[in-house]
Amino acid sequence: MSEAALGEAALRGAAELVAGLPPAPAVRCTGLRKRYGRRTAVDGVSLQIGHGEVVGLLGPNGAGKTTVIKMLLGLVRPDAGEVMLLGRPATDPAARSRVGYLPELFRYQPWLSAAEVLALHVRLSGIEVPAAEQREALALVGLDARAGDRVGGFSKGMQQRLGLAVALVARLEFVVLDEPTSALDPLGRVDVRDIVLSLRERGIAVLLNSHLIGEVERVCDRVVILDRGRVAASGTLLELLGQHEVRLHLTGLPPAGQARLAAAGRVEREGDWFTVALPADDEDTVPDLVRDLAGLGARVHAVEPGRISLEERLLGILRDGTGGTRP
Amino acid sequence: MSAVLTIAGLTLREAGRRRVLLALGALTLLLLGLSGWGFSRFAAEAGGTLTSGEARLTASILLNLVMFGYSLIAAFGTAFLAGPTLAGETESGIALAVLARPIRRSAFLLGKWLGLVVFGSGFVVLAGLAQCLIVRATVDYWPPEPAKALALLAAQTVVLLTLAVLLSTVISPMASGVVAVGLFCTTWVAGVVGGIGASLGNDAVARVGSVSRMVLPTDGLWRGAMNGFQDPTALSFFGDVDGGAFPFLSVAPLTATYLAWTAVWVAMVWALAAVSFGRRDL
Repeated sequence: MSEAALGEAALRGAAELVAGLPPAPAVRCTGLRKRYGRRTAVDGVSLQIGHGEVVGLLGPNGAGKTTVIKMLLGLVRPDAGEVMLLGRPATDPAARSRVGYLPELFRYQPWLSAAEVLALHVRLSGIEVPAAEQREALALVGLDARAGDRVGGFSKGMQQRLGLAVALVARLEFVVLDEPTSALDPLGRVDVRDIVLSLRERGIAVLLNSHLIGEVERVCDRVVILDRGRVAASGTLLELLGQHEVRLHLTGLPPAGQARLAAAGRVEREGDWFTVALPADDEDTVPDLVRDLAGLGARVHAVEPGRISLEERLLGILRDGTGGTRP
Repeated sequence: MSAVLTIAGLTLREAGRRRVLLALGALTLLLLGLSGWGFSRFAAEAGGTLTSGEARLTASILLNLVMFGYSLIAAFGTAFLAGPTLAGETESGIALAVLARPIRRSAFLLGKWLGLVVFGSGFVVLAGLAQCLIVRATVDYWPPEPAKALALLAAQTVVLLTLAVLLSTVISPMASGVVAVGLFCTTWVAGVVGGIGASLGNDAVARVGSVSRMVLPTDGLWRGAMNGFQDPTALSFFGDVDGGAFPFLSVAPLTATYLAWTAVWVAMVWALAAVSFGRRDL
């Protein structure tokens, strides 16, 4: 084989190797530390968020959630550790060109109108966003009718809605929402949930910091729990919440039925109620079990899925330190 | 560069929307009206009793006095605008969303500074020019070097607002304004004290003025501006040494070295502000 052909083959091999690598995550940080005077706010936090992944950040007040977010965005200088944002170091401003951010402390120039605030952020992002698309962003958060009004006259909820529009207006790859529903009514919370789900559908990575655990449980693929500046636990909801359970109200259960229950998993009985711990999160396990029990002559009065809630798990981790970091 | 211009435009728009322009405009019109009335009364009542030289001297002193009023307004205006626009935005959280955009903090700071420079300098130049025209119309006096004098007045404003910008990166909005204006006034008083020291032949006291003019060049620039506004023969009435003790007359024009030092001073203080703001956690 000639030297040129060898070189070409090597190049092709290298290209295939690179193409075969998993895509770089939207965000990756390692060993982040931050001290304010004597207090350690963040102590060795590492996390990563893949493209199109929605990650929830949970933890008590003062756990360091907002400080971590600010370090990811280059707003706070870490004492140690590094952050890669969309493939660039977070210290490079260009890394933030496709990042949207709704701060926990949302305030916008009160002397500008909502449309002017949005236009300002589009200009600063350096990305062309047509005026019609900017109006759509305002309409998405229900502010289209107030586009020309000064922000100074807005309620807190309206300012937070504007903040959402500002965070979402540029062509995004990563969005950080720090307590996005703190000032919103229940309807607004549902809107935010829908927005986050639509971002995930569009392949946009989202980091959601929220005290509303139900909100996080509904929309997040993964959860990172911070406590006293450290990652107390992290993983998918299944990894964090463990195995599923199913509670069955059964009468007329024959011995074969009891054997069928035992085959499905560990069984606990309270009168006519049977709780079966299911080893895997398999969509077919419960329907198959119910079908077989009915086939064996048992009368099935109720089937209730049971799972430890994220709230219970979070409280357990924070109170007892029983979390244990999962990969 | 586009981010710098965007932030500069935003700062100017803030000055307009927050009614700072309106307040400054009203104050300026009041001062222009009062000085116009004063100069016309002076011309009417002293017209026959003063020699032409005495009239020019009086017009020079009065013009410098009124110009000092404008420089004070500009100092207060820019110092108290620099605080809220930088430290205020950092404290309130407005800067969080803006600085999470792909812009450098130094570009943000330069934009703010540039907006304030245009605003402050524009104000003193326009107000000062209007004042010169009023003096010409009422007492027929036209300063020997109005362009240079107005440029120095603008430079004085730039020096003070650069200091206010530096202060607003480290202390609260109100404190930065108060400290900047306080230092401005202190330097002016030190300049007057130095002038008195020079007229009395006391080198130690005279040095107070020289040192203060180096530490904060506002007073030095102000004296250079006065020199451009006043009639060249005015000092001969007092004698050069005694004229130096008078707060509204200037003994000599500024040297190129002093102007160069002023440029270096502004660059240094701005760089310090950029470093301080760049390292700040938001």
